[in-house]
Amino acid sequence: MNIFVLMKRTFDTEEKIVIQNGKVSEEGAEFIINPYDEYAIEEAIQVRDQHGGEVTVVTIGNEDAEKELRTALAMGADKAVLINIEDDVENRDQYTTAKVLAEYLKDKEADLILAGNVAIDGGSGQVGPRVAELLGIPYVTTITKLEIDGTNVKAVRDVEGDEEVIETSLPLLVTAQQGLNEPRYPSLPGIMKAKKKPLEELELDDLDLEEDDVEAKTKTIEIFLPPKKEAGKILQGDIADQVKELVSLLHTEAKVI
Amino acid sequence: MHFELTKEQQMIKEMVRDFAEKEIAPYASKWDEEAIFPIETFKKMGELGLFGIPFPEQYGGSGGDTISYAIAVEEIGRACGGTGLSYAAAVSLGASPIYYFGTEEQKEKWLVPMAKGETFGSFGLTEPNAGSDAGGTQTRAFLDGDEYVINGEKCWITNAGYARQVIVTAVTGKDERGKNIISAFIVPTDAPGFTINCHYDKMGVRASNTCELILQDVRVPKENILGDPKKGFKQFLYTLDGGRISIAALAVGIAQAAFEKAIQYAKERKQFGQPIAKFQAIQFKLADMAMQLELARNMVYKAAWLKDQGKPFTKEAAYAKLFASETGFHICNQAIQIHGGYGYMKEYGVERHLRDMKLMEIGEGTSEIQRLVIARQLGC
Repeated sequence: MNIFVLMKRTFDTEEKIVIQNGKVSEEGAEFIINPYDEYAIEEAIQVRDQHGGEVTVVTIGNEDAEKELRTALAMGADKAVLINIEDDVENRDQYTTAKVLAEYLKDKEADLILAGNVAIDGGSGQVGPRVAELLGIPYVTTITKLEIDGTNVKAVRDVEGDEEVIETSLPLLVTAQQGLNEPRYPSLPGIMKAKKKPLEELELDDLDLEEDDVEAKTKTIEIFLPPKKEAGKILQGDIADQVKELVSLLHTEAKVI
Repeated sequence: MHFELTKEQQMIKEMVRDFAEKEIAPYASKWDEEAIFPIETFKKMGELGLFGIPFPEQYGGSGGDTISYAIAVEEIGRACGGTGLSYAAAVSLGASPIYYFGTEEQKEKWLVPMAKGETFGSFGLTEPNAGSDAGGTQTRAFLDGDEYVINGEKCWITNAGYARQVIVTAVTGKDERGKNIISAFIVPTDAPGFTINCHYDKMGVRASNTCELILQDVRVPKENILGDPKKGFKQFLYTLDGGRISIAALAVGIAQAAFEKAIQYAKERKQFGQPIAKFQAIQFKLADMAMQLELARNMVYKAAWLKDQGKPFTKEAAYAKLFASETGFHICNQAIQIHGGYGYMKEYGVERHLRDMKLMEIGEGTSEIQRLVIARQLGC
């Protein structure tokens, strides 16, 4: 089975976000594999071990992303691809990412593509479904279980705490939700072997794409931190007065109604 | 010259930290309190290849370097000093001597399962009457036909209660100057006459297993002698040089844990209307602690790097061990001080670091012996 995983390198979950000159500062920050993508990698390895085939992990990023790709290889993926569009495309968004990935994947005859359900930084959850749309294959998001029998697939989706069982067929794209599996630690021999596994580097040119083809469809107007959480306010007096005061505060202070 | 870890070293650091935070740290106070040797956790560490880091693949290892190994010791020690000690002793003292000095057959038989984390090995050097004066070893061995017969006593031997074999040093004769000739033997722990008692009640590193060994007419085949029969003394000095890097790394890990608790507490604890981290008295402590940690870690990396380059590292390993353990003790002490009364309570988990750290100034050569080693390297 020809399996691909779409991976993103993200801020460590414990990093404090600092904004400098209207951008999120990456200086001194620790980076990790997006946690939801870790589930996707683990599932890909398990599917391969059960059904045979090959797992290729693909990311879009700069050379720093090599460490996360090597970690995926150390976990057990077979090949890695780094698509570096840093120098070619200035304005990027989910459209850019999906377009580049789809262009890379279109002639790869992928049977199964896995991605995280959402990246913990941008949090749009768009790239997976967009890639599937561009490739013209079905997709199932936020899965917590995946069963493959020949080309028949049964997937369980997490729908706000409930479960939805979906039957579909390969080729397919799925996005992983927490609970799908327990990602393994990369073992020491795995880490050492990862050094020797193939890691291909591609640029926009290699995909026959121009900057205009992948230019962002959205524009970021402003980036700001959420307001600092203030201490709560406890209203006093009769219930009727409290309700009145609450409504007025929601109008005048919070300005939400 | 550059000061960055390689990608593999970074990956190892992240993996071990991740593992230690999930599988070790949550249980560290229980293991300390009840002196539990976490054998199941060691099995998991074995499956991840942690016991084979500095050994080549042909011997069941993962072909990593000493720096990677030091990183792993630090991260395990950051979670639990006792687990870190048993890990460091298993690799540096149990397995390494066989890798350095063993024959191919010995490596195949004893090293491979240790590197894979399937078995433990120990190193029996210290005796009730031969601590810093290891030349004063009283355990004796003599050749009887095709077997050596060993008699003697060893004390404070790490991991021996779980070991498949112990490397035991014993006097086999005298040289022309009348000095003891010391040899090293690989002694299976199930050999008749070999008694292992693990009843020490330790101040710290309580998750680590520590035992007394009694050898009464223990017979081992002649081929169980390790390395050069006449150079047992030199061999264990070399072994201890390597071991010191790991003890230094362990001291850094324990100190790192104490420092992290101290700085977090200092930011949260309010007195006189503000977090105590706003007071210079506390800031100066934290600044010193952070600086000492960084310097100790750099020294560990340098000693490890020298070893990896095949260069002499005796002096640097002693620097690292001495500096990391003494400043580490200071850091753990200050961490308690910053916590005040809470720090003195077991519940806050800071006092454990100080108790664990004390051993770093004693084990694998006391601070005094480290100074002696350094002075000799200086030509004194």
